[in-house]
Amino acid sequence: MSPLELVDEKWNEQGAESALSVRGMTVSYGESPAVFSVDATVPAGSMTAIVGPNGAGKSTFLKAVLGIVTPLSGTVTVFGRPLAEARENIAYVPQRASVDWDFPVRVIDVVLMGLYRELGLLGRLRKADRARAIDCLSRVGMDGFAERQIGQLSGGQQQRVFLARALAQDADLYVLDEPFAGVDAATERAIISVLKELRAEGRTVVAVHHDLSTVAEYFDRVMMINVRKIAEGDVGEAFTPETLQATYGGRLATTQIDQLTVPA
Amino acid sequence: MLFEALTFQLGYNATLVTIGATLLGVAAGITGTFLFLRKRALVSDAISHATLPGVGLAFILMVLLGGDGRNLAGLLLGSAVSAGLGLLCVSWLTRATRLGEDAAIGAVLSVFFGIGIVLLTVIQTMSSGRQAGLEGFLLGSTAGMLFSDAVLIACGGAVVLALVAWLQRPMILVAFDPEYAASAGVNTARIDLAMMGLVLAVTVVGLKIVGLILIIALLIIPPVAARFWTERAGLVALIAGGIGGVSGWLGAGISASAPDLPTGPIIVLVAFAVFAISLLVSPGRGVLAAVLRYLAFQRRVHLRQGLLALAQGQPIYEKMTLRLLQRAGLVRPDGVPTEAGRARASKAMRDEARWDVVRRAEEWTGAAALYDGLREIESVLTPDQITEIDRMIGGPKVAT
Repeated sequence: MSPLELVDEKWNEQGAESALSVRGMTVSYGESPAVFSVDATVPAGSMTAIVGPNGAGKSTFLKAVLGIVTPLSGTVTVFGRPLAEARENIAYVPQRASVDWDFPVRVIDVVLMGLYRELGLLGRLRKADRARAIDCLSRVGMDGFAERQIGQLSGGQQQRVFLARALAQDADLYVLDEPFAGVDAATERAIISVLKELRAEGRTVVAVHHDLSTVAEYFDRVMMINVRKIAEGDVGEAFTPETLQATYGGRLATTQIDQLTVPA
Repeated sequence: MLFEALTFQLGYNATLVTIGATLLGVAAGITGTFLFLRKRALVSDAISHATLPGVGLAFILMVLLGGDGRNLAGLLLGSAVSAGLGLLCVSWLTRATRLGEDAAIGAVLSVFFGIGIVLLTVIQTMSSGRQAGLEGFLLGSTAGMLFSDAVLIACGGAVVLALVAWLQRPMILVAFDPEYAASAGVNTARIDLAMMGLVLAVTVVGLKIVGLILIIALLIIPPVAARFWTERAGLVALIAGGIGGVSGWLGAGISASAPDLPTGPIIVLVAFAVFAISLLVSPGRGVLAAVLRYLAFQRRVHLRQGLLALAQGQPIYEKMTLRLLQRAGLVRPDGVPTEAGRARASKAMRDEARWDVVRRAEEWTGAAALYDGLREIESVLTPDQITEIDRMIGGPKVAT
């Protein structure tokens, strides 16, 4: 066996342990990078919050990881396989703002979109598929709304429907972009309990999160980004006054930082 | 006359035109739906205007090669090539420069159309070009339609529809939520290009009947009208196909039933009539329904507020509230509540108290989300649940 093959195998083994592995990700919309040379390793079965100030490149990083925007450089491995081969294993919940709410779809149609990949271009929707979609809706407490047009729902309800669509994909890696932005308290509770269920089932959750006060309560790992990666690891170790200061600079007062990182 | 035209009894040419227009309407309505849902309606205008230089060049080329310059297949092939070029220009300008799509459309549309008009003028001066009749492609000309032309239109339309059926899922996904589509591995740029390609095909096929200036109407009006009748994308497409087909059929029939009525413009006017009717009377999104819903809603709000005011013994100042309560037999003309009024008022109060419990309790989060001040609590909770709530509230039972 040549040395090169040995290295390859070792790399693959490392990749297989982690749900998501990103190396040297740089994304730029113009001349200055929005995300610069970020590495990340998300262990399978963990729940990771991506935090950072506005405009720090959190969403951009996620979109580049999923191939929605094309990065300047960087490789992405999902469960040890390149991104293109692992698509069916990833479910994405985009920011609500990215969608046209007057579009002629009902709630159930949105959830069924989660099955398109499985069904292919022409595969017929069967009764079992509809039942599965309804089941996903009931997991987020929205089964009574299946026939509504999507724009008739409140912001929080729309977010739950998007989560239901991701559930329908039955993926192993769930990627969410600000799932709690602008939603009501009931929705926040519903979403976090579903995410915790997912983790209990051994699935992996990565979410951009903007509310620093709930990071420790909701997530077990944190990744802090401000164009570059500042810190990554278990919340207890990586979510510290020092890393917060480094990520947010002068935007957080010292007293706020102390409140956020009270040792558990 | 009109009846004969619509039942294909008005001669050979009229029958060909009517069948062709119907098929074109179906294909354009269905294909246009995806353009409309993707909010790219105006791109089709750039595509259609960009067909003209191709028509001119194809004519010149065919004449130079010693053939008949008016061969429809040749002209359509030329128009498809230049329309494709125009489409690529629009998408390149949008992608690679800071120009918005609207500016790119404006630039491409006018430049290509200008080149086309120059070419048509040149052709006028050619000896074989006098009777070319190429300006018929501007607004459509059905007078000399051949059987082979109709077959060409029918086959083109059928191929387009088959491709639409094949691509409808990714097209809907990209139109609704492009980021999610990309995350699921759909190549959004390629799907967009495919959709534009289908629009291009419909445009080219429709040049003979409605012409390049009005084809956008046949692509866009049917889906816009269909949108009034349904909240499902697939049904929008089917209804749009139906509206397009009926417009083509009726329009061609009307234009055949009287001398000097141009086919293309009449088809467009029929489609517009369907749109106007949809706008006014469709039950969900129509203007009339919206007004009626608003008035009914206003009545419910006033009645409810009035009942709550009665229950709390507050005076009612709004004339509309009083009038509604009186008409429902809930208050006497002097403003004093009747027996029925008092019963309804205390029921309204009771329901408010029940809702209060529901909105506070964790276990009824789903039901509480439905609270809007008007909804009857019986429509959300079962009688058992309401009894349970009443037990929590305590106090006297109210007859319901």
